[in-house]
Amino acid sequence: MEKELWKGNEAIAEAAIRAGCDCFFGYPITPQSEVPEYMSAHLPKAGGVFVQSESELAAINMVYGAAGAGMRAMTSSSSPGVSLKQEGITYLAGAELPAVIINCMRGGPGLGTIQPAQGDYYQATRGGGNGDYRTVVLAPSNVQETVDFVQEAFDIADQYRNPVMVLCDGLIGQMMEPIEWHPVKKRALPPKDWAACGRKGRDHHNIITSIFIAAEECSDHNDHLTAKYAEMEKNEVRWEEVQCEDAEIVITAYGTPARIALTALDTLRAEGIKAGLFRPITLWPFPEKALHTLAEQDHVKAFVDVEMSTTGQMLDDVRLAVEGRKPIRYLGRAGGVMPTVEEMIDLVKSALKEVK
Amino acid sequence: MKKEIIISGFGGQGGLAIGKNLAEAGMAEGLNVTWAPSYGPEMRGGTANCSVVLSDKPVGSPVFARFTELIALNEPSLSKFEEGVLPGGSVFVNSDVVTDRVSRSDLTAYYIPCAKIAEEVGNPKVGNMVMLGAYVAATKILKPETIEAMIQSMFAGPKAKFIPLNIEAFRRGMACVQ
Repeated sequence: MEKELWKGNEAIAEAAIRAGCDCFFGYPITPQSEVPEYMSAHLPKAGGVFVQSESELAAINMVYGAAGAGMRAMTSSSSPGVSLKQEGITYLAGAELPAVIINCMRGGPGLGTIQPAQGDYYQATRGGGNGDYRTVVLAPSNVQETVDFVQEAFDIADQYRNPVMVLCDGLIGQMMEPIEWHPVKKRALPPKDWAACGRKGRDHHNIITSIFIAAEECSDHNDHLTAKYAEMEKNEVRWEEVQCEDAEIVITAYGTPARIALTALDTLRAEGIKAGLFRPITLWPFPEKALHTLAEQDHVKAFVDVEMSTTGQMLDDVRLAVEGRKPIRYLGRAGGVMPTVEEMIDLVKSALKEVK
Repeated sequence: MKKEIIISGFGGQGGLAIGKNLAEAGMAEGLNVTWAPSYGPEMRGGTANCSVVLSDKPVGSPVFARFTELIALNEPSLSKFEEGVLPGGSVFVNSDVVTDRVSRSDLTAYYIPCAKIAEEVGNPKVGNMVMLGAYVAATKILKPETIEAMIQSMFAGPKAKFIPLNIEAFRRGMACVQ
């Protein structure tokens, strides 16, 4: 298959069109504005609907409406814009509506900077909105994975009737890389017989809502959702291990820092240092068991968690999985500054010195 | 083989396009490539730049603090990035705009009068093609035929009249270092 050079953001939009996205609602914000820009030019030609909304809040609620009518709906934004969408996301989860949300993360808090960051890990994996809910969070670390995941995200959303987030950062959105438009496996999906798109001879109205005012009813609804989340945890968890078979120091990283880590591994291995990379691909569900198993291996002496976040957000999930079995060191850079290959190498070496 | 290249200049000088051309040509030759632009406030200081990796192995980090080559299209770019070039690396200087010389002795410097050559060829806009030619000839990492084929496909249809101009600029750039 022929390789084509694509910019991450434009590839996201094209991937969504190829996945059968019917409706896109968005509002510009750096570093993801090429997503709505591309959609505005190409989605209508493919028979879809593009609306530049008056705000992020409007966009996510348009997604709610379109998804409720059975459409494949999507929105994209960057960190401050995704914060504004949180209310809509919890409503989508509560009303069990499938939708795809792209967050091309930039530095925060607040307006922060337009440069790449990963400070929205908590928001994405813990739910930035109210209530008990989960969203599947896919974290690609190159442009090929991004286009594959965007296409699959629609299927995951439809399968579980749940919002799915593709969490990348400004660098992946802005960079260009060769990709192949290879076919992405389609899932067998249930019919959208719940959609509110006209009664069409049914004996009942379909109602889309997240309100269950009677406590027992709301409690049952939460149990139902929780059972669904358990299914996602069983079926959807993904990760990648690179040179972990004999690794003494394992770097944990996702997205851009994970690919920076690959370069660090080359240097470390060339110097005879047994380093590996554990890369969560789904941030929720987090690959907890796989990381726990790795932590139990005798050859693993310590972990080095690297994120574009200074507080250490994924670090919490790494700690929960490692359960104190091995020491964990942390390298975090935020505000648009990325951790460097050299910093990673230094930290791996100092971690190794400590445990040997 | 791995080249990590910074191309930097004022907006409009075609630096990002040089990077994109290198990435396109590298991909055409079966290399692994990445192109990452600066899109932040540094652009306002006159150092709009992009980071390009050309490698025969899969590319890990698309960004880097040290690099094998620098293409400096303006003065601020040379002063900002010269120290990041790896020992033994090369610096390509747009010598019509940059009056400073490369100060380090462990680097190979190429001074390319891009604007003057572009003017001679007949269009000031093709200065970046001159620089691309110089880079290709000096590093020998990409085949000139690949670039010329790319220029052919870049200017398809009504833009075809720009093909000879761009190829001429590219060849004149190559001649600067041969």
